[in-house]
Amino acid sequence: MSVFVNSDTRLLVQGITGKEGQFHTRQCVAYGTRVVAGVTPGKGGTDMDGIPVFNGVREAARETNANCSMIFVPPPFAADAIMEAVEAGIELIVAITEGIPVLDMMKVKQMLKGSGSRLIGPNCPGIITPGEAKIGIMPAAIHQPGGPIGVVSRSGTLTYEVVFQLTGKHIGQTTCIGIGGDPVNGTNFIDCLAAFENDPDTRGIVMVGEIGGRAEEDAAKFIKEKVSKPVVGFVAGLTAPPGRRMGHAGAIISGGSGTATAKIAALKDAGVHVCENLGYIGEICADVFS
Amino acid sequence: MKIHEFQAKQVFQKYQVPVPRGDVAADPAKAREIAEGMGGFPVAVKAQIHAGGRGKGGGVKLARSLDEVETHANAIIGMNLVTHQTGPEGRTVKQVLVEAGVDIEKELYLSLIPDRETASVLIIASEAGGMDIEDVAASTPEKIIRVTINPLTGIQPFHCRNVCYGLNLPSETIKEFTRLLKQLYQLFVENDCSLVEINPLVITRDKKVLALDAKMDFDDNAMFRHKDLQAFRDLDEEDPLDVEASKYNLNYINLDGTVGNMVNGAGLAMAVMDTIKLAGAEPANFLDVGGGATAEMVENGFKIILSDDKVKAILINIFGGILRCDVLAKGVVEAARNTKIHVPLVVRMEGTNVEEGRRILAESGLELFTAADMKSAGDIVAKIAAA
Repeated sequence: MSVFVNSDTRLLVQGITGKEGQFHTRQCVAYGTRVVAGVTPGKGGTDMDGIPVFNGVREAARETNANCSMIFVPPPFAADAIMEAVEAGIELIVAITEGIPVLDMMKVKQMLKGSGSRLIGPNCPGIITPGEAKIGIMPAAIHQPGGPIGVVSRSGTLTYEVVFQLTGKHIGQTTCIGIGGDPVNGTNFIDCLAAFENDPDTRGIVMVGEIGGRAEEDAAKFIKEKVSKPVVGFVAGLTAPPGRRMGHAGAIISGGSGTATAKIAALKDAGVHVCENLGYIGEICADVFS
Repeated sequence: MKIHEFQAKQVFQKYQVPVPRGDVAADPAKAREIAEGMGGFPVAVKAQIHAGGRGKGGGVKLARSLDEVETHANAIIGMNLVTHQTGPEGRTVKQVLVEAGVDIEKELYLSLIPDRETASVLIIASEAGGMDIEDVAASTPEKIIRVTINPLTGIQPFHCRNVCYGLNLPSETIKEFTRLLKQLYQLFVENDCSLVEINPLVITRDKKVLALDAKMDFDDNAMFRHKDLQAFRDLDEEDPLDVEASKYNLNYINLDGTVGNMVNGAGLAMAVMDTIKLAGAEPANFLDVGGGATAEMVENGFKIILSDDKVKAILINIFGGILRCDVLAKGVVEAARNTKIHVPLVVRMEGTNVEEGRRILAESGLELFTAADMKSAGDIVAKIAAA
């Protein structure tokens, strides 16, 4: 078992003919992901490595039964691409694009309400169920299939580090989800925690947060009330100065709120095993999940 | 991207949001000339820097004569203004805004921000204008009104009513205030603002509504569709090293410590800063070279880090995914040679082609320390920096 994606997932790629889209589509195919279609407006009727390319998402989904979309469309057009996928009824939309304006994402988020679509990202590495499907840009080799740990994170390479240490301790993963570093995103920590809690094969959860917003505090409250499985947490940005955006658009301490200290305190209060030094997260997980 | 008060007021005027009469001056003579055109006193002389708390720091003065205007302008232009937002080092004032005085009946607070939790535009308003809104929120939270606006529907009359009645506005100002709210909302969404703040927004004795102050910040991600706003950028208000780094598309923030560091990915970069601190040293910077860093970006990163005199050691931590470790190692070797690196270098890398990468570093003849994992990387670099 796994959450959100598995070997039955039928993927279409929006922006498949661009440099990034092409490169990462090939990586996904090599991993075994079922890539059934691509979308690039104006290139309908052509193909990329034998994958049929369409002008629009609705047509691509109708012709290939795709139920998941991975988006590599550049920032000025990315919100439009996500909305097109929502409109076409795609169940899972994974937006990799970094740098989408906040206002665009607010509109996307409002449109998602009441739709049947789930958005992961934007500004994220994607989602992987090791051994089944990779939908994103993460290096596949660091993952270990078979579970029993679910990973959810706001950051890309930080997640790779965590997964690398887990695999180093021979702890496999059910599904690893990067929810992205933007202030307004789709799927949040709570959605992923709930999914992992309900997944019988997931027996423990690693949650990786960072400064900015109150997603970690909200997650802590949810963990306290609804999560029975052990959770290991990490929050990046103890040394981040206030008022400065730390790379990710969402990573900013404003008006004294959103600090790592407050987030760590909230997680500890919820019974989360908080790792303060990233170098030790593998050992702590081995300890907690043994 | 932040802009100055006088620039924000120019944007206000474009949207028919009323502001006091005034103009900007870079020298006392020009300040006097502007005040002459006002035809009356008092006149406000306001320091233009990208930070709040200017009044308390002595950067805002009222003048009752032309000579006083000149005296105040002379004192403020060139001063090093320290406020709670500038940090102890302060900012040098280059210009002042000279503005007609206003007969104030009531001071209000009004701001618009994007609310990440509700994905809406949030209007925050309060009767307690002129004060620090964070203090108001802490001491008298009941005095703060919050109205969220769905960007798909835009601002509606009921949003405006909720603000107006919440502020207990005098009935004769409601029509004007409603018009102002709608204009500010348009300004906010049309320019991709990340903040519009007016503190205070005043009601004058003749029941006019006027933006006495103006603070505006824009979403950097949206600047591609606002080429016109780029003209407002003031590089003097930014850290010179930050400006240099932005030319190379590097995500760099200069900090106070002695351990320079270069990392791929923002989250991992923050975690590395934390590791340095936990090992007993202080990070000199935040530097994210990006998930797809090239050898050239690594070299530029070196240049930026080395131009900071405080740096005593450098830690490179790269998790090679898409970026292969052998490519990175070649980049490091080349950059270290080209930039004539003069401080000890600690490298930790992991991921694709790591064996080949380590071999390249070992055979480079460079004096560097390789760390097997993150925790030892932090310990090694902290020890070197402390020596």
